[in-house]
Amino acid sequence: GEKKAGDKKAGESKPGEKKASQKKIREKTRKPKKHHASRNPVLARGIGRYSRSAMYARKAMYKRKYTAPETKIEKKKKEKPPATITKPVGGDKNGGSRVVKVRKMPRYYPTEDVPRKLLSHGKKPFCQHKRKLRASITPGTVLILLTGRHRGKRVVFLKQLATGLLLVTGPLVINRVPLRRAHQKFVIATSTKVDITGVRIPKHLTDAYFKKKRLRKPKHQEGEIFDTEKEKYEITEQRKSDQKAVDSQILARIKKVPQLRGYLRSTFSLSNGVYPHKLVF
Amino acid sequence: VFKRFVEIGRVAFISFGPHAGKLVAIVDVIDQNRALVDGPCSGVRRQAMPFKCMQLTDFVLKFPHSARQKHVRVAWEKENINEKWAATRWAKKIEAREKKAKMTDFDRYKVMKAKKMRNRIIKHEMKKLQKQASKKGKKLQKAQK
Repeated sequence: GEKKAGDKKAGESKPGEKKASQKKIREKTRKPKKHHASRNPVLARGIGRYSRSAMYARKAMYKRKYTAPETKIEKKKKEKPPATITKPVGGDKNGGSRVVKVRKMPRYYPTEDVPRKLLSHGKKPFCQHKRKLRASITPGTVLILLTGRHRGKRVVFLKQLATGLLLVTGPLVINRVPLRRAHQKFVIATSTKVDITGVRIPKHLTDAYFKKKRLRKPKHQEGEIFDTEKEKYEITEQRKSDQKAVDSQILARIKKVPQLRGYLRSTFSLSNGVYPHKLVF
Repeated sequence: VFKRFVEIGRVAFISFGPHAGKLVAIVDVIDQNRALVDGPCSGVRRQAMPFKCMQLTDFVLKFPHSARQKHVRVAWEKENINEKWAATRWAKKIEAREKKAKMTDFDRYKVMKAKKMRNRIIKHEMKKLQKQASKKGKKLQKAQK
């Protein structure tokens, strides 16, 4: 029974598909038809100007004739797609496969018209979150880092990465800050900008490149783990070359602005009588 | 004891209120607390203004009391009050204060460097003079002995 249905389907689907695609093209080239306003002006609430028969003529229902719905016999004769699918299942003693419904029953039958929303409604995974960037932070802005081992240092902003973190560089020769990520919230944006137009940042500098690497294969041996895991961070050659590539372009532009190099070398600090909310950055 | 008086034609600086920071000329006195005031060249419409918000300047214009705005403007431009005001120390101090408040982080750095250099130069010269003075003093002491 199932095999025969399958064969029939293969034979019929091709010409069926062709017709469907042609129909779709024809429908697309046709202008999207707008619905006409009510052709039956209202005299008083609930009372129209025209009678049923007059409306029939006005709406040209004589042109719009729809066929009767399929009878059960016709439906039985029609080939339907399979209602269930068998899927393989892993694990021991599990039976190897499950029969799964292709179209499942609704999870909720409302007593009112508004359908209930899934508990995870509107909750997007982190990769789909909207990333915002303060208007004061544009490529080439000098930022002041507030946290981390480089706190207080003034640094050049390059671009925002896919996770929303800011890619930032010292440049290294000026203040020993390498190509690094910084968090937007822990940064003060100054109004000083370096002209970074035309600086090409290599495309492989993404979040994955900067992510901290940690080996995780304990294998239940506690004594020997601490040797294999990276305790000390080692600067790879790739990082050095990338640093050079980016910094060489930026240093040229920094040299053009007088005193900017010394500015980037200095650190930011507060002293008596200096109130951040009163400072203009 | 008092050098600046409220008189017709006295140019005043408005210290607070909606027209803070502008110059006006006193056209007439209304009563003990208010004056009719006009600032055609500083964008202040002719209006009553309390004396409390006015600070008198050194400039006096010549026009009769209740003179029309046109005459006030003529007198103002003849005396070139705007330029004279910009040249006073008062106005310069105000400008300096505004500039300081607008300083960006980079500007503050540049100011710090400039101050440092200036102080170095001054100190250097001072040390030179001190050395000279001490040498002179030693010479005199030797000569006295």
